Order: sequence, then structure tokens, then C-alpha cells
Amino acid sequence: MDDKTRAELYRMMVLIRTYEEAILRDYHADKKPAFDIGAGLVPGEMHLSAGQEPVAAGVCAHLRQHDAVTAPHRPHHVAIAKGVDLERMTAEIFGRESGLGRGRGGHMHLFDPATHFSCSGIVGEGLPPALGQAFAFKRAGADAVAVAFAGEGAANAGVFHESLNLAALWNLPVIFVVEDNDWAISVPRRASTAIGNNADRAFAYGIPGARVEDNDVEAVYTTAGEAVARARAGEGPTLLEIHTLRLWGHFEGDPQAYRDDLDEVPGRDPIPRYEQHLLAEQVLTEDSIRQVRQEASARVEKAIEFAKQSPIPAPERAAEYVFA
Amino acid sequence: MSVTQTPPAPTTSRRLTTAKAIVEGIAQEMERDPGVVVIGEDVGAYGGIFSSTAGLLDRFGPDRVMDTPISESAFIGLGTGAAVEGMRPIVELMFADFFGVCMDQIYNHMAKIHFESGGHVTVPMVLMTAAGGGYSDGAQHSQCLWGTFAHLPGMKVVVPSNPADAKGLMISAIRDDNPVVYMFHKGAMGLPWMAKNPRSVGPVPEEAYETPIGRAAVAREGADVTIVTLSLSVQHALDVAEDMIGEGVDVEVVDLRSLVPLDRETVLTSVAKTGRLIVVDEDYRSYGVSGEIAAIVAEQDPALLRAPVQRVAVPDVPLPYARVLEDAVLPNRERIRAAVRRLTQA
Ligand SMILES: Cc1ncc(C[n+]2csc(CCOP(=O)(O)OP(=O)(O)O)c2C)c(N)n1
Repeated sequence: MDDKTRAELYRMMVLIRTYEEAILRDYHADKKPAFDIGAGLVPGEMHLSAGQEPVAAGVCAHLRQHDAVTAPHRPHHVAIAKGVDLERMTAEIFGRESGLGRGRGGHMHLFDPATHFSCSGIVGEGLPPALGQAFAFKRAGADAVAVAFAGEGAANAGVFHESLNLAALWNLPVIFVVEDNDWAISVPRRASTAIGNNADRAFAYGIPGARVEDNDVEAVYTTAGEAVARARAGEGPTLLEIHTLRLWGHFEGDPQAYRDDLDEVPGRDPIPRYEQHLLAEQVLTEDSIRQVRQEASARVEKAIEFAKQSPIPAPERAAEYVFA
Repeated sequence: MSVTQTPPAPTTSRRLTTAKAIVEGIAQEMERDPGVVVIGEDVGAYGGIFSSTAGLLDRFGPDRVMDTPISESAFIGLGTGAAVEGMRPIVELMFADFFGVCMDQIYNHMAKIHFESGGHVTVPMVLMTAAGGGYSDGAQHSQCLWGTFAHLPGMKVVVPSNPADAKGLMISAIRDDNPVVYMFHKGAMGLPWMAKNPRSVGPVPEEAYETPIGRAAVAREGADVTIVTLSLSVQHALDVAEDMIGEGVDVEVVDLRSLVPLDRETVLTSVAKTGRLIVVDEDYRSYGVSGEIAAIVAEQDPALLRAPVQRVAVPDVPLPYARVLEDAVLPNRERIRAAVRRLTQA
């Protein structure tokens, strides 16, 4: 892997983390002293993706603007890596008129036709629309692909299996990416899943499956590259599972009392680890790291500022956009 | 191809069953627009188990008429994704009763994406499904359920009662930029293997035309009492209206044709004229279409009514299997006639 690609993976991971930290800050800023989920500039459930940056960065590095992505309820890392406009995405999270969905969607319902990005708050249900996007691309004779992201909890939903079978049967250019962060809210994977490796489920549908261990962004990049190339070449779907990390709670306000792995979590943070690695390999320097962070911070703060300055939707227009 | 906006008064003498009219509408749109595909269980060689896609496979081939596995969530969601990317899929859910296994794709995805995207994404898809009972198919294969779909925002719902509207509404549904749930009644399809009303065969213009979605039709004009109804029940109501001439009662029949959007104007105009309202609905009675129609009149002006509203609907019970039991709960001619008498002799 060349140094430019590695530096780019690092840059993307830092941008995502910087973004999630900023949302974390602003989400909680006006919910004190007693946490009230419906209060503040950013109300509602908030599922942040810190720790899962390697998945989004490694997979989306292979995608072009015309490729489609569907993400689940935890979508920010994937949206950023897919190139969704940061300002309009942030405005949507702040519920503003200039947001991607004019404030009608919110953080779990981001739709960006420009980058063919969407997400859904219903576990597992983002897979079928990705099949349809892949179907349309194939019909049009394009070499675009669709990538459906889902948590490991989604791999036990019926719709996951319906989707794998249909994608395999119709040889659709889809890549299924299971983000195994060990937890589905409070339920550990071992308590929900009858099989050790979700990628093995690919075997049941006659398609290739691969699991990447250890939240390793370079391994994600390489494995996803093969899957995307297969799909582009008309060779059909692939199922990937990536062992990643939920650095924070399931959603903000989650006390995580159920979590027995908290002690080891900070040591598993993929960003300092990759940074050290790239420093040692002389891909990065202290200076370039500082610069990457500064640039990320400037971009993120600009997006947040844009959101805060954006108009709040007019309540008398709440019934609009039901029909085209 | 020329597009006629409203269904030409069927001057044609050519008569088709509702099923053949639907197929003709689909085929004409498939000819016109390569983005129209048909997806569902047994829509190919079988031609749809209620003949809604008969002959399409032979004409358009397996790339455009595609049988699916029994994976309703996957293939309905696939339709949504394809529609988002600009195709115009017609996806068949074999029976409306089966929505339970795939409703999330229908009401949380197909119907909400346009709204959640602030109008930036459209989902021009048709979800075609079979509704209704009357042939002893039991509690899981006989329901109408259109009130359930119509209750949930973001999808149009059309419910044709006759062949000409069935074709025009299908063409309108395909061309519409919104998701449209197209619900045909099995008993109104004119199938050779099911008892049928002669009204399930009727004149259908040969050219492509649109029947506007959201406009009801006055299927029969009358002065004394208004029956507001939809789908197969329109046929029963027209039969009753003809019977009642002998009793000196002049019945007006309003065929809603579409539930979303709902043509409130036509309902109110008719009730203002007759002062008496009967709602006939083959869906469950409570929390549904019949209550909605009554509410429209109550909200507008209860003084329009000279007598209380009558509802003829399925009492809140699952559809029974035994013929006599099913007949006892369906809104058949006897029950409609009794309601007309109650209202006009009171
Ligand atoms: C169909 C459905 N069931 C339950 C939920 C509630 N819920 C939201 S996220 C979640 C856990 C999902 O776990 P996983 O798929 O592993 O993703 P993660 O949250 O770990 O990223 C649950 C149960 C839901 N949104 N949708």
C-alpha cells in the first residue's frame, strides 16, 4: 500500500473522529445538569461512531460519487467517508431548513442524492434499498456498485438473509459490510449470534465472505478493494465483517453499566494506534499530524457554525414534502 | 404516444376483464418507458396468481418481468432502491394480507424517504397487491386492509372498481413520482375461476390514458341517498341502486377510486344533494375508511345530513372461512339494501 493512500486513510479517520467529538460536545452542551434527550440544539437519539472510523475510511476509499451507500442508525462515519456535504449534513443534525432533509429527517435519516447516500433507523432494513440501487446500476450498464453497512446485530434479522440470497441470486453489484462492534446496545454478540464469524454466512448464499480482525484500516482497505472490484466487474456480491470498536455508548446518555470490556477500550482506539504506526513508518510527521488535525477541526467547526446559523424550519410548513 | 388526461368516455365496444385491463396498462407503459419493470412472486410464467401480469413475460422477457424468491422485504426494498435511482418498478405483493412480513420496507422506507429527504429524493414505484374476500380464502387471505395503508402518510392508495379505471389508474400510478399502492380486488378481476359480477368486464379504450389519482367518480347519479364506496363494493352498490328503482328510491353511488389523496369534494357535494349517507367498505369497520368518510361530513357541516350516517363494513372480526359466515360479514347486496331501506324509510 502506498504512503499517499495510508496518509489519506489516516486523514479521513481523523476527520470523522473530529466530527463526532464536536457533535458530542454540542449535543451535551445544553443538556445539563440533568440529561434530557429532547432538549437542546441537537435533540433526540444520538448514535456516534467513534472507534469505527477504520470501517468507513477503508471501504469508502474505493467508492466513487456515483456508487451508492446505505448506512444504519449509526451513520456519520460512513456519510463523511462517502463525501456527503458536511455542512448540509450538520444542518440536518441540527434540524435546520438548509439541512439535507430540510430538518425533516434528523441524524438517522440522512439522504444525499448527490453522493447516493442514505441511512435508516430500522436495523437491517437498509439492505434491500441498496439491492435496488445496485439493480438500477446494473440495468443502466454502469459499473457503479452499492454498499450496505449494518451492525453485527443486524446479521440476525430476517431481512439480512433475504437480501443476501436475492443479491447472490441476481448477481447484483453489492457489498455487504457488517460492522462488528461486539455490542447491540447492551447485548453482546456471543448472546445473540449462533456463529462465530458472520462472514461465514456468505457460504450459505454461495458468495465470498471475509472477516477483518482488529479494526485494522489497511486490512479493511485491501479486503474491501477486492470486494468492490468484484462487484464492478460484474462478479456479484461479497459479505465482509469487520471487527471494530464502539468507543462510546450505544447512544449518548447510555451509562454502559452492562459493559465488561470498558477497561480495555481506550487501549483499542484505532486512531492513536494507526498514528503511531505511520509515525514509525515515517508516513506521517508530528508536523503533518498537527496539520491534519487542524484542517479537520477547521472543516468541522465551519460545518457546525453553518448549521447553527441556518434557519429553523417554519412550523407552519410541517406538513410539506409528504408527496412529490 | 398521445396521452389523454381523463379516461375518454368509453365509446369503445371492446370489453376487457379488469385483470386484462391492468395488464394492458402495464404493457403500454413498459413499451413507452424502459425503466418500468415488474417484480414479484409468480409474476412471470404464471402471470400473477390473479392474472395481473399475464402474458408480460412473453412480451418483455425475463429481464423486465422477474420472479422473485419469497422475500418480500428484500424485493419491495429493492423496488424502492431502484425507484430512488430513477427506475419505475411495479412490485407485486401477492396478497395485501402479507404486509406483515415486509411492512417496514413499505411504510418506513418507500413511503417516508421523500419526506425525510426534505423532498430531495423521489420514489416513483407502484406496489400492486390483491385485496378482498368472498371466496372462502380464510382470515389470512381475504382482507382489504386499504384503510391501514391509507392511514400511513407518504403513499398514494388507489382502489379501482372496474376495468376502465383499473387501466387508467395503473398508468397514472406508474407515471406518478410518488409511491402508489395499487390495490385490486380479486373478486373484481373477472377471473374465470371465481364467481364474478358482470361489471368486472367492461369497455376499455385501447390507447393509453390516465385516470387521475385523487378524483372520485359518481358511478350513478341519484337524488335520495348517497352510497360512498370503493372497489368491488361499487359493483354491489350499483346492483342495489338498480334494484331500488322499483321501490321508488333513487340512489347515488360515489366510487372513491383513490383513498390517498381522497376526493372530499365529490363526497360532500353528493351528500349535500341527497342529505343521506351510507358508507360501504369491505375493510374492517372501526378506525377505517367508513369512519373517515363520516368524519369528513361531520367536520364540514353535520347539517348536510337529514339522517344519521349508516355504515356497512366488515364488523371487527377476522374474515371467517365457512361460506355462510363469510357472507354474513361481507358488505353484500342484502346488507347494502337493508341500509338503504333503513335510511329512506325512517
Ligand atoms: C428492527 C429494529 N429493532 C430494534 C431496533 C432498536 N435498536 C436500535 S440500534 C439496536 C442495536 C443494533 O446493534 P448493531 O446492529 O450491532 O449496531 P450497533 O448499534 O452496534 O452499531 C437496536 C436493538 C431498531 N432500531 N430496529
